[in-house]
Amino acid sequence: MGVAQVPSIPETPGPLFPELASAEEKFRKCIQCGVCSGSCPMGEAMDYAPRKAVKMLLEGRFNEVVESNTPWLCVSCHTCAVRCPSQLAISDGLFPALRAAVMAEGKALDQDLQKALQNTYLYGNPMGISPKKRADWAKTAGVPVPIISQLRRPVDVLWIVECYPSFEPRGQEISKLLARILNALGVDFAILGHEERCLGDCEWLAGERGLFEMLIERNIEILGKYKFREIIMTDPHSYRTLLNIYPALGGRYKVKPVVQFLAERLDQLKPRLKKKLNTTATYHDSCCLGRKTNHYEEPRLLLRAIPGLKMVEMVQNRESSLCCGGGASTIYLDRFIQERMKDRLADRRVMQAAATGAGILAVACPFEPARFEDAVKLTGNEEKLVVRDIIELLAESMEVQ
Amino acid sequence: MNIAVLTKQVADLVEGIEIDASGRAVDRDSIRYILSESDDHALEEALLLKERSQAHVEVFSLETGEVRDGLCTALAKGADRVVMILAGQETPPSNHAAARMFASVLKGLPFDLILTGVRAIDDLDGSVGGLLAGYLGLPYVGLVRKVELVDGAATVEKEYPGGFAAELGVKLPAVLGIQAAEQPPRYVPVTRLRQVMKTAQVEEQEAEPASEEPVSVERMYKPEEGAGAAMLSGSAEEIARQIVNLLSERRVTR
Ligand code: SF4
Ligand code: SF4
Repeated sequence: MGVAQVPSIPETPGPLFPELASAEEKFRKCIQCGVCSGSCPMGEAMDYAPRKAVKMLLEGRFNEVVESNTPWLCVSCHTCAVRCPSQLAISDGLFPALRAAVMAEGKALDQDLQKALQNTYLYGNPMGISPKKRADWAKTAGVPVPIISQLRRPVDVLWIVECYPSFEPRGQEISKLLARILNALGVDFAILGHEERCLGDCEWLAGERGLFEMLIERNIEILGKYKFREIIMTDPHSYRTLLNIYPALGGRYKVKPVVQFLAERLDQLKPRLKKKLNTTATYHDSCCLGRKTNHYEEPRLLLRAIPGLKMVEMVQNRESSLCCGGGASTIYLDRFIQERMKDRLADRRVMQAAATGAGILAVACPFEPARFEDAVKLTGNEEKLVVRDIIELLAESMEVQ
Repeated sequence: MNIAVLTKQVADLVEGIEIDASGRAVDRDSIRYILSESDDHALEEALLLKERSQAHVEVFSLETGEVRDGLCTALAKGADRVVMILAGQETPPSNHAAARMFASVLKGLPFDLILTGVRAIDDLDGSVGGLLAGYLGLPYVGLVRKVELVDGAATVEKEYPGGFAAELGVKLPAVLGIQAAEQPPRYVPVTRLRQVMKTAQVEEQEAEPASEEPVSVERMYKPEEGAGAAMLSGSAEEIARQIVNLLSERRVTR
């Protein structure tokens, strides 16, 4: 047996799984230090934690890893990737490739994941809601939320709302608040409305490369129709994908997460933050805003600007923040993961937040209000801790609710 | 072992349906088509049988909607041959006409098993399978959720109301109306689907033209809201609370 050929990677590895196009060569740089496995919050549940998986890849035993429970247990928290001394793309390269291999073999997928992928193929969102309804939330925003195709003029800011903030009830409420904040700040913005589709972060990391390519083609085409100065995004996952992955495939945009956009307007924002909130908050660094794109300070700047709000940090913060356990499509694999883990990452994280004594767990990722609220209930912290998006806190202090 | 799977495309309810200006038909332009759900299960059951007993699987689809997409998906999943049945008419056929068309194409072909979805959203009474079996002079079992092949015969599991099930022996050839496959229909990665779409051979076959339909649609309409109906609104939690209140007012809850 020669060196690993990564036999199951479907057809011509393109730029999406760059590490595996020359997997053998790249992963030869692995010094087997074990930092990845030691840092991996899911390692205990994996048949083969990352170090072992890399070793097996190099020994030509890639298929054994494909057959194991490992491919579906990475939550793409990116801790291994930022710590690996050889800078190997484990979360972005190895795991998507493992998952692609599972799919290429025609193995049965978890039903919730399969449904989400099928829905995204058909409707451009994992929920399976008609794309015609994407901007429905805006009807009750209380302020104008223009749709770019109807404006027929360039806008300053194109807001890509994304799936959770467009369709999930709590996300919709947060979107309405953000619309009001943008309005109060006099931002010239518009959304894509019914033309918006999933940007494909989950699909890419889930190993559904074809679906990801399809979404990219479609999104680049739609974005190419309009003129805008910059893009702002509410969903860190999509932000990260548009920022880091789209450029290599022809989609280059000036793109920011909403927290950065607002932090840049702190001078404008501050005089409007009138209501004192008199509480203590702790901020959860999501993996996509944190380790993947280094936005550690803007969310904290925004929170500190709110009068009366005190900030405390959890034991694991910034680079060492603990993932909510929902990245890379694992948000659809809760049941699968729960059967293999003693406690869920979201529960652990909420316990850390509760231990700070803060009354508010502040978040800036649309997956989290629902995930953490669930965990708050499960861990019996309902009386102590409330989960709130930074947008909700800003809107409350600005009294634009 | 030769298996035929009969499929059709139906309106995707997620995208909504409008009634056309005549008030007698669904507005075809407003529709997006997807493979009928129980036909997808029929295909899955056929593919499982193929894996277990090297059967040859051919998929037939009536020419309504995006048939090519549906047939390419079937190929990508593992079907051996796909055939589009040309109906020679714009409007989708009635159940009787559909069964006659399928029969005209299948007559004389050496199939051991003919599987189809037991019903579709435009065939809730699930009559196509039974009618087809009648036209072909074959036995029919509907609401099937498992098929096993034993020496030229099939043992099938059929659902009955009230949580009952029965195992039936069926002589082949036979027509089966599939309620659900033994496992959920498989996933096709988009890369594979797109490749198949580029190279797929979708054969075409003409059905005997349908004779005049004895039943015609006089009026099609959305259900009218009854006077006593109240619409609940609010967030999911508010609605849940309202439902609980309504139920306890009516003493349905304890
Ligand atoms: S951290 Fe990097 S170098 Fe160390 S074992 Fe993991 S992959 Fe290899
Ligand atoms: S991204 Fe996180 S969960 Fe995935 S292998 Fe790396 S450390 Fe483990």
